[in-house]
Amino acid sequence: MSEMNPNQETAPASPERRRFVGGAAAAAAGLAIAPGVMLIEVAYGRPEDQAASSAVRWGMLVDTTKCASGCNECVSACSTENGWTPVAESKHPKQAPQWIRKLELQDPLTQMQTSLPMMCQHCAEPPCVDVCPTGASFKRADGIVLVNRHTCIGCRYCMMACPYKARSLVHEPLNDTQKPDVPRGIGCVESCTFCVQKVDRGDGTTACVEACTAAGHNALLFGDMNDPGSEISKRLRELPTKQVRADLNLNLGIRYHGI
Amino acid sequence: MASITFREVEGSSLKYWLLFGGLGLFVLFGALAWNTMHHHGHVITGMDNQIVWGLPHVFAVFLIVAASGALNVASIASVFNKPMYKPLAPLSAILALALMLGGLLVLVLDLGRSDRLVVAMTHFNFKSMFTWNVFLYSGFFALVGIYLWTMLDRSVKAYTKAAGTAAFIWRLALTTGTGSLFGFLIARELYGSAVMAPMFIIMSFAYGLAIYLMVLAAAYAWTGRPLGDIVIQRLRYLLAVFVAAVLYFVVVHHMTSMYFTKFHAVEAFILLNGGIFTTLFWIGQILIGGVIPLVILLTGMGKSRTWLMIACALVILGGLVQMYVTIIGAQAWPLDLFPGMVQSSSFFDGEVHSYAPSAPELFLGLGGIAIALLATTFGVKVLRLLPESLDDATVAKLEH
Repeated sequence: MSEMNPNQETAPASPERRRFVGGAAAAAAGLAIAPGVMLIEVAYGRPEDQAASSAVRWGMLVDTTKCASGCNECVSACSTENGWTPVAESKHPKQAPQWIRKLELQDPLTQMQTSLPMMCQHCAEPPCVDVCPTGASFKRADGIVLVNRHTCIGCRYCMMACPYKARSLVHEPLNDTQKPDVPRGIGCVESCTFCVQKVDRGDGTTACVEACTAAGHNALLFGDMNDPGSEISKRLRELPTKQVRADLNLNLGIRYHGI
Repeated sequence: MASITFREVEGSSLKYWLLFGGLGLFVLFGALAWNTMHHHGHVITGMDNQIVWGLPHVFAVFLIVAASGALNVASIASVFNKPMYKPLAPLSAILALALMLGGLLVLVLDLGRSDRLVVAMTHFNFKSMFTWNVFLYSGFFALVGIYLWTMLDRSVKAYTKAAGTAAFIWRLALTTGTGSLFGFLIARELYGSAVMAPMFIIMSFAYGLAIYLMVLAAAYAWTGRPLGDIVIQRLRYLLAVFVAAVLYFVVVHHMTSMYFTKFHAVEAFILLNGGIFTTLFWIGQILIGGVIPLVILLTGMGKSRTWLMIACALVILGGLVQMYVTIIGAQAWPLDLFPGMVQSSSFFDGEVHSYAPSAPELFLGLGGIAIALLATTFGVKVLRLLPESLDDATVAKLEH
């Protein structure tokens, strides 16, 4: 499912450019920037026959101080991008899949309220992958946790194991809202994919992040946490963030500020 | 040693075929239930994205746990060399196989994609307790099958002890694996504990023996074969020990959780204010499944065959309730993503989840029980599993 969209526009760096770089900088400087160039190439999408690279770790920063209570833009955008029916439109709300949801928190003592999106946290040590009997739950080299639609048997053990309630079973036959690059299926488990179809296309962002930015909240930021020069890495260095259920030590791909 | 004559149940009476047909009907209902669930999807069940494992898992796990326990009697005979139990061993083995068959069928037919069973048998992730269980279950069939063969075929009789010991060790591993399905879950507050493994082992001893005693008594009563009290009374005290041990593990499990402040809310949910789950825990699991059977088994009432059967039935009923509380109660309590905070969302965060099992779920589960009993009923007709007589005089000779 992840390798459907080769990016036609992404050609290897041109020989001219390489010559230019080689001529302009010393060999030591060239060595120093080479990994950065490589990462930029990966970030711009990758050919179909190339595996995801562990040089990249996709992640997200959620700034809950900017996340508006009652705003549901990220959830709607996810539903539209990935073709799942919004829970409000479902005849079976308790059984309807929800890849992302807005969680409202309140401290009972201080009355402090927090609003934040909750979804698959793309753990580096995902419990869902540990428990999956067939290996259908898997983590890609670039840190995205996915479900292989062909080998998921619908045992729901991953749903029992996930500490974030991030996963849903498709309980009923799907209508025609399915997207060609987001395969889904009755009887299988699914969850947030970090919009892997967009990432592999080279968009470098996700539908929820785009919607949050478009709405002017700028509470979400997506990027490569392994690249020290990426926007997300810079922000994560400056902003104090926490992982949800950090006690479980799962090394999450989503970091929250303000919780 | 006195010799014992094993003979097939004739199985030509109207009563036999009525039993066979009745069980067959429930197997058919189970098949229809599966077909309905498979056709419409899990949307027609009471299960949802909160209660992801429902009534079928209650039946399936109960049957699988009981299956390994049903092998107890055979183990006592072969592994621990008690000649009195040897005539009881073949029924014990066939019942173990039959219960395992019923449990596994319910488990796999409740899969979201039960048509992909072959995937589960060809793709493995060895960090998953489920994968381990696939091998533990298959091995159980193989080892108990071989064990049964050594008991029935004189030419391989010399290997009975070896096969019985292997099956005994395997069944301990198997129930450890079943308990660890829950013990190895970090997300749910009532799981994630090493105590689940030994607790499931002792639960298997109790459930399996209770089922065995009822099947044994029914088989002898309905075929008119004599069944003396010596055998039954020995097993009566053994059952009491097992039931008491289950209670002990339940107390240890909850006491440990109650000591941890972070588990106070979930413990209060099960023990005090969880509505149906609290009622099921105290009335179903503790009183009906533990205290009342113990009173019957340990007092003079236990001398009566009828009361003994009632005690067995209560242990089985209490066991099913215990599975319900263990599997569904633990999921009804919401995951605590932000400890100490009040949480709410469209995905039912922070709410106690309700569950109302649907008819297909119930009939799928009952179908599992029916197929286990049907296989046993058929087994005693085609194989020489039951001694012609287990009257006290015959049994007494075995001990000398």
